[in-house]
Amino acid sequence: MQSTLGQPNGTAILFFVLVVIFTLIITYFAAKKTKTTSEFYAAGRSVTGFQNGLALAGDYMSAASFLGISGMVALSGYDGAIYAVGWLVGWPALMFLIAEPLRNLGKFTFADVVASRLKSGPIRIASAVGGLLVVLCYTIAQMVGSGKLIQLMFGMPYEMAEIIVGVVMLLYVLFGGMLATTWVQIIKAVLLVFGVTVLTVLALAKFDFSLSNLYTEVVTMYPADNMLNPGGLVTSPLDALSLGLALMFGLLGLPHILMRFFTVPDAKEARKSVAYATTFIGYFYIVIPIVGFAAAVLIGKDAIKGIDAGGNMAAPALAELLGGTPFLGFIAAVAFATILAVVAGLTLAASSAMSHDIYVSVFKKGHATEEEQVKVARISVVIFGLAAVAMGILFKDQNVAFLVGLAFAIAASANFPALFLSILWKKMSTQGAVWSILVGGITATVLIILSPTVWVKVLHNEAAIFPMKNPAVFSMTAAFVVAIVVSLLTPEPEAQEKFEDDKIRTYLGIGAE
Amino acid sequence: MTARDFTNSEKFKDLVRTRWTFSFIMLAILFVIYYGYIFLVALHRDFLAVMVGRNITMGIVLCTAVIIGSWILTLVYVVWANTVYDKKVESLKRDLQ
Repeated sequence: MQSTLGQPNGTAILFFVLVVIFTLIITYFAAKKTKTTSEFYAAGRSVTGFQNGLALAGDYMSAASFLGISGMVALSGYDGAIYAVGWLVGWPALMFLIAEPLRNLGKFTFADVVASRLKSGPIRIASAVGGLLVVLCYTIAQMVGSGKLIQLMFGMPYEMAEIIVGVVMLLYVLFGGMLATTWVQIIKAVLLVFGVTVLTVLALAKFDFSLSNLYTEVVTMYPADNMLNPGGLVTSPLDALSLGLALMFGLLGLPHILMRFFTVPDAKEARKSVAYATTFIGYFYIVIPIVGFAAAVLIGKDAIKGIDAGGNMAAPALAELLGGTPFLGFIAAVAFATILAVVAGLTLAASSAMSHDIYVSVFKKGHATEEEQVKVARISVVIFGLAAVAMGILFKDQNVAFLVGLAFAIAASANFPALFLSILWKKMSTQGAVWSILVGGITATVLIILSPTVWVKVLHNEAAIFPMKNPAVFSMTAAFVVAIVVSLLTPEPEAQEKFEDDKIRTYLGIGAE
Repeated sequence: MTARDFTNSEKFKDLVRTRWTFSFIMLAILFVIYYGYIFLVALHRDFLAVMVGRNITMGIVLCTAVIIGSWILTLVYVVWANTVYDKKVESLKRDLQ
């Protein structure tokens, strides 16, 4: 079959325009309700647990996991499914360790929680920089990935794709703040889950709704490829442990995810939102490998590689085969909405770190009027939005796949240990937290540069200096050890007093913002 | 009673202890489920290749089971928090007034 992928597609553009118009109307109404900082960054804490669960799912499920994992399964089989599992397991950990105290202690950013009982200046700068680094790596990866995907799907020039994503996303965030971003993420999550469900049902119909038939076809078509068994993704136990730690605890240090917990009214709703988010994301990751396997059989690996060597077009090609051009158009528009929602969430997180953590809390020592804070917030949104588009264009032909791994490694090593210990451990001191963030972040970054993913694949050296794909097992451990040792060496009685004072707020939610 | 007496009371300490004990038990179960699976993938591939149905491998079943298991753990936590934790929190809040 001749694919129309990569040519301007009328239905795709129509669906895309519909999604954009609809979300902009919502932004218009959200803008009327977005006057104060609490409304701008936390949607006035008016989001329900169910809505926040959907929005978290919309914030987290990127185009890379939708198109990337289905493509990976289509080309290499079972390994793609192992990857999908890794992306889910952080959610229960987020629930058990962080969700409720985070909601009770924070205001707009996770740095609020770390800084709540420590000396505000140094710790805010350190955690805001840690947060910004994570968001920056994540954003570059998203922007470059999305430019290429849009180019492949719509046949649009790369630079134009970047500018459209940047402009539409800026409209949401600038005018509608967190409320508009929340609704964009909710709409995207619903569309994505719906689209993937329809795709799966249509695909399974070709196999009499029997997974057994599907897998039999996979084995018959690719007898030599061992599609149903693990391949090269996980080989050494230490590497597996390290990747697992990064994926699991990296989630607990992603600023754009943590920020969503301040949009709900209390800890109970925060808890509910994780349960709903895990439900949607879990369903998505169970279903997405089926799409990949079906694409391998119905489209064929060679045809998928023919459209895009990385396999990213497996799901759109399958949509076209099963539902014709209209369904392809719908799926393409969903992928586009996915990108917008994720980038909007990242921009808001970056803006809160720049304006709330650094400008208002450090430079102005908290003395800034409400109007001034919102104004600075909006300026920082524009700065970050323009930077995102510029970096997307700048890194066009670079291999940026490692940046998502780097974002998770820094999140797990710099942000998570400091955040977790400041919630749980009485003796945590300012020095301990600052050094932990620095050591965790720098160790993670240096080890990733020396690892095969960058040293060999990007810098084209012969052999990697650090043999593992992911450094989290060392960098996260280092961050914890440094935090504990330095805190014990620099006892801070005021911080310990404050820790006791905060307990009523941490556990009972009394006095929470 | 001062705020410090309140947080030093046995009842409050019990709340904090119960909360983290339960959380770490749940985290330990999550670790066993996830790393158990990952170590099977790394070290015991023959086991994952065992057929449990017509061309449905143990690997495929386990991968789905890990996702469903993680999901169930979050639900168990919510149910526990709603029934056990929130009751203790409400009771402590009443004491404060």
